[in-house]
Amino acid sequence: MSAPATAGSRGATAARGARGGSTPSAGAADASPGVPELLAALEAVRDPELDEPITSLGFVTSCHVSAAGDAQIRLRLPTYFCAPNFAFLMVADAYDAATAVPGVRDAEIVLEDHFAADAINGGVAAQAGFAATFDGEAVGELDGLRADFLRKAVLAGTDQVCRPLLAAGTDPARLLQLTLGEVPDSPPLRRLRERRAELGLAAGDDAPLLIDPKTGRPVDPGSLPLHLRTAKLTRTSLEANGSICRGMLRHRYDTPGQGEEEQP
Amino acid sequence: MYQKDGEKYFVVDGHMHYWNAAPDNWVPGAEQYAKGWIECFHAYQGLGPPATHWPIEHFQKYSEDDLMKDVFENGYVDVAIFQPTYLKEWYKEGFNTTERNALMGEKHPGKFVYNTRFDPRDGEAGLQELRRNVERFGSRGLKLYTAEWNKGSRGYKLSDPEAYTFLGAAQDLGIKNIHVHKGPTIWPLDKDAFDVADVDHAATDFPNLNFIIEHVGLPRIEDFCFMATQEPNVYAGLAVVIGGLMHARPKFFAKVMGELLFWVGEDKMLFGSDYAIWEPKWQVEGFVDWEMPDDSELSDYPRLGTEGKKKIMGLNAAKLYDIDVPAEFGVPGTPGAHEVLGEASPQTA
Repeated sequence: MSAPATAGSRGATAARGARGGSTPSAGAADASPGVPELLAALEAVRDPELDEPITSLGFVTSCHVSAAGDAQIRLRLPTYFCAPNFAFLMVADAYDAATAVPGVRDAEIVLEDHFAADAINGGVAAQAGFAATFDGEAVGELDGLRADFLRKAVLAGTDQVCRPLLAAGTDPARLLQLTLGEVPDSPPLRRLRERRAELGLAAGDDAPLLIDPKTGRPVDPGSLPLHLRTAKLTRTSLEANGSICRGMLRHRYDTPGQGEEEQP
Repeated sequence: MYQKDGEKYFVVDGHMHYWNAAPDNWVPGAEQYAKGWIECFHAYQGLGPPATHWPIEHFQKYSEDDLMKDVFENGYVDVAIFQPTYLKEWYKEGFNTTERNALMGEKHPGKFVYNTRFDPRDGEAGLQELRRNVERFGSRGLKLYTAEWNKGSRGYKLSDPEAYTFLGAAQDLGIKNIHVHKGPTIWPLDKDAFDVADVDHAATDFPNLNFIIEHVGLPRIEDFCFMATQEPNVYAGLAVVIGGLMHARPKFFAKVMGELLFWVGEDKMLFGSDYAIWEPKWQVEGFVDWEMPDDSELSDYPRLGTEGKKKIMGLNAAKLYDIDVPAEFGVPGTPGAHEVLGEASPQTA
């Protein structure tokens, strides 16, 4: 009956209101052509801090595409003060993901209810980059920040892959000898390979399972216990953060996001 | 004081506030930030048990009577440590200043410790204010919020030369404890604002100061834990860990507690309710009842016993702040307790 529920339109770049007529329901996009493809593309956009898709986190408020191929995506975050650098990365990545979908002519990404929303939305729309968007407040782009958090994702992913092996009785020292190709295939293993590849680290079948994500070198026996403990700690940290973010988002917005998945 | 199963717990709330975040205190032109800040805090309260949630109007501005009732009468707290947060660019009289805390607290002798703060960007005027506050309020500790906005600046690092000037001055004034609260902005904005490497530097260079990292560095628990293993003067402030996870996400609470017990240890963890984000009552009751679940995923974490809980609930903070603890609350046989109780240590007895 009505337009998708959004939490207001304070974004200065929100030029067009969402058109009514469709009846979106929880987690389902409306029937406009291209929306499923658009949502699928957004699944590849991650919160770099949490290493989770913005869709499953519930950050996608709404997602539309016109018959002419103009996409409009509204994003929301757990707090008004979420760190602006990570927010910028998500808006910029959403823009890149949306405009890469065949048939999409242009995309407008609107971050809502955030202290730096106007700057971020305008900066991404102008393809200005982070340093120019926050002129005087930033000295560089965000590649270093992204890489730092990819390394954390590699460590957390290492725990996800190794924990089941250890639980099944694999000797910890044996993990040092395993290659990625020798580990049974699983979603966590595929994810670990993807993150390593993004960092330019070895991710093929013959690459060692355990590497230092900073240097790419295999973990040596003396460092094994600390490496596994650090991997576990990093995973705990990321998952605890994710659980807090989900709780804050739920308090802030009572409608589910497009493609949102409840955490068990 | 909290008593359960014959055990008595001396409770020091190491992190709490008396704020005014109501519209009457919002700076004209900065209303959106003042509103956004308190709404963010309010969302954190949403992670506690529903029966403890407050309407936003009450949350924005609560009374002295509310505080005394929630923290001391119902909340079991023996001594509470005020941690000021100024935010004067958004709140006309500040969010909760040293002065506001002390004006309230001085009506209740012996109940409060008044920490103050500095902002290294305030220069000589800031140093003078720090001296005045320490003299006037007897502060032994500081709360530093590194993401505070100040005349166009979005934050600072503890390793900045100006911050070192202030840390040195604070030490000369008799300050012992530095509570560090990281926030989402910093200069430059392209760096990770939550990074705790600057605290690591400061802790190394000021070995006679204690650095209590509030909310255990969340969202960078991993970086915090790593630092805490290397710096003997770094402590974990549990505000947000207990309030934000124990009720809402018990599984992650157990894991985070396990990591903290492993990396940091029960001698260096301090309870803080973060009142008025969360009331202490349910946190104290729940924490004393809490046991590491019997789960294979948690099997390689240390366990937390009654003695550890006593330390975390109050004895560790009492030691850092030289708070007198009656003998009945002590933990026998631990050096910390002997120092707290003012008894001769086993070595000298």
